[in-house]
Amino acid sequence: MAECETKQYPDVVTFAFWIRKASTLKLKERFYKEDGNICLGRGMAFHIAPSNVPVNFAYSLAAGLLTGNVNIVRVSSKDFRQVDIISQAIGRVLNKNEYRVLKPYINLVRYSRDKGINDYFSSIADTRIIWGGDNTVAEIRQSPLPTRSVEIPFADRYSIAVIDSNVYLNMSDKLRIAKDFYNDTFLSDQNACTSPRLVAWLGSRKDQAKEEFWANLHELVEKEYNYQSIMGVNKLSSSCLVAVAYAAVASEQPGVLIQHMADNRIVRVKIPKIIDGLMDLKNNSGYFFEYDCNDILELKDICNDKRCQTLAYIGDRKMLVRLLQSGICGIDRVVPIGKTMDFDLIWDGFNLYERLTRIVSVG
Amino acid sequence: MTYDDIISLLPYSLKREEKEQLLTERLMTLTEHHRQKCPEYRAILNAMQYNMDRVQSYRDIPFLPVRLFKELSLKSVPQEDIVKTMTSSGTSGQAVSRIYLDRTTSANQQKIMVKIVSDFTGSSRMPMIILDCPSVVKDRRMFSARGAGILGFSIFGAKKIYALDDDMKLDVKILADFLERYKDQNILLFGFTFMVWQHFYKELMRLKGEGISFDLSRGILIHGGGWKKLISEAVSQEEFHGRLKDACGLERIHDYYGMVEQTGCIYMQCECGHLHASIFSDVIMRRPLDFSECDVGEKGIIQVVSTIPESYPGHSLLTEDEGVLLGEDDCPCGRKGKYFQVVGRLKDAEIRGCSDTYAAKFQ
Repeated sequence: MAECETKQYPDVVTFAFWIRKASTLKLKERFYKEDGNICLGRGMAFHIAPSNVPVNFAYSLAAGLLTGNVNIVRVSSKDFRQVDIISQAIGRVLNKNEYRVLKPYINLVRYSRDKGINDYFSSIADTRIIWGGDNTVAEIRQSPLPTRSVEIPFADRYSIAVIDSNVYLNMSDKLRIAKDFYNDTFLSDQNACTSPRLVAWLGSRKDQAKEEFWANLHELVEKEYNYQSIMGVNKLSSSCLVAVAYAAVASEQPGVLIQHMADNRIVRVKIPKIIDGLMDLKNNSGYFFEYDCNDILELKDICNDKRCQTLAYIGDRKMLVRLLQSGICGIDRVVPIGKTMDFDLIWDGFNLYERLTRIVSVG
Repeated sequence: MTYDDIISLLPYSLKREEKEQLLTERLMTLTEHHRQKCPEYRAILNAMQYNMDRVQSYRDIPFLPVRLFKELSLKSVPQEDIVKTMTSSGTSGQAVSRIYLDRTTSANQQKIMVKIVSDFTGSSRMPMIILDCPSVVKDRRMFSARGAGILGFSIFGAKKIYALDDDMKLDVKILADFLERYKDQNILLFGFTFMVWQHFYKELMRLKGEGISFDLSRGILIHGGGWKKLISEAVSQEEFHGRLKDACGLERIHDYYGMVEQTGCIYMQCECGHLHASIFSDVIMRRPLDFSECDVGEKGIIQVVSTIPESYPGHSLLTEDEGVLLGEDDCPCGRKGKYFQVVGRLKDAEIRGCSDTYAAKFQ
């Protein structure tokens, strides 16, 4: 952490913070049970990290290591400096005498798409963790696993946000909220599975809340986000396609409305209702569907989809209860805005601790 | 003024104010026509909260991203009036644009193209050498951009030959015979920039090494399709001209800029090396950040407007090319209107995210 270069990479800093001793001990407290049974790593964990999230491999490795597994981690084939920083740090620790014993447990590998290598690592894996979405999962599944091995597949997901306008307007630190929401979205080009794509507004002061919320966010995006020229064209194309999709299913007026903004950094499209297939029209890098919600159950359809992952909120958690208990098949996480990217051993609906261990039940 | 009256005007005859008035009137009429006849276009205008009363100039008319024609079938005439469907030449697997033409639009494309090109080549037809293979234009029901370009320009040829065979090899005998027969006349050559370089220029140089050379000092070459492939070979426009002159004495060389979505309104390169907008169309350079209009000399995304499209809503389009406006009404070649330069394609966005392959539908 002392190194200057590390500080240039907030994702590396966040990982370092997550893996610090106090937080690791807290994980132990939450997951490790002294109940007379014996809990062991399943054996070898084969991780396929995503190509576009530099630090993800480290979280995956940490999960495998904390649960007592030997790990083979395929890191992104892209040349990310963050990968070097973390792997060099790991290397330094492993070269100390007292940690040499851990060496065989940590194997970071890098190779381009190669079925032969996937086949081999899969054939000796007890757990296979596949990041990278539907296509990568489908590709890796071409390589068979031994019969008793388990798999943790991370599929393509989408996420949404729910904001109670009255609560938001009463909050004192709106700049911090903007920063939190920025971290949830723009920090990963709004293209992580956890990034909200839809913002649903509740409460009685929606218009005023929207105005302040987006103005604060815009100010931050202007300062911090690297806007690329094609992004405005991409977002305009999406808006046109959304307009056409709505006209095809609902002829009543008004249809969707592209909200006026000063520039293309944030594009908001107000939708009159939630239609099937809305999330097939999503875009990234600052592209939001907005919905005025009068009853939380109006969000049932969009949450009743196995692709729906995280619900981020501002307001009283209780407002979500009816939705969460309505029998929906989506939503695996409910977190306050600002926390969507916080990694945990319960992730994407899986308990990684359980998946990566076996229990010797002692009667 | 009817559209036929407009077509009868000289293509580079109007000054800024006159052209602005003409374009504004015609493009507003087209906008209203497409709004009434094309439901998808109407839905998009509604989403943009378009209000005709607020349009002061054709610059205020909304533009559609050109890639929408790859995603949607956009027509403003009944299916039975469609006489031709043009497609862009995408490589296999890529989505292609589909442009639907009725009799009027198709005829106007041809008339206007003749007016524009004649301004550079003179109005009499010439013997013509097509620097491509005959198979490109075989299937007349489906016009690829390459085929459409060849057929479009073929109207300037009195007697035509294809200089390449279907293996893209230069047919030396056909070329030699043709040049011998028409040695006292100006000769029109047409081809796609990369083909001209790869299959014509390079072959001429090879033949020169064997002592075979051709005299094309009476030739006029028109080429288009973009420099993307040649930039990877590090060939600049100046070098392209210089080397062709050395290879075969060819001096009159005109690049052009155009796209299948606005066939007819091509932008020809004048003797000073500038691309020119005729009175039938225009370019507006837009700032990527907010789509406001660029100043002269400032690089922006090229918006193209055309007075031709009646059968599909393609009269105002945002391309994915970048260009620079060099000036208006004052090119030393004497032609009125804007003159500009195309810088290249917008770069695809580099985007983070969990899913390894994403936004495939737009790539």
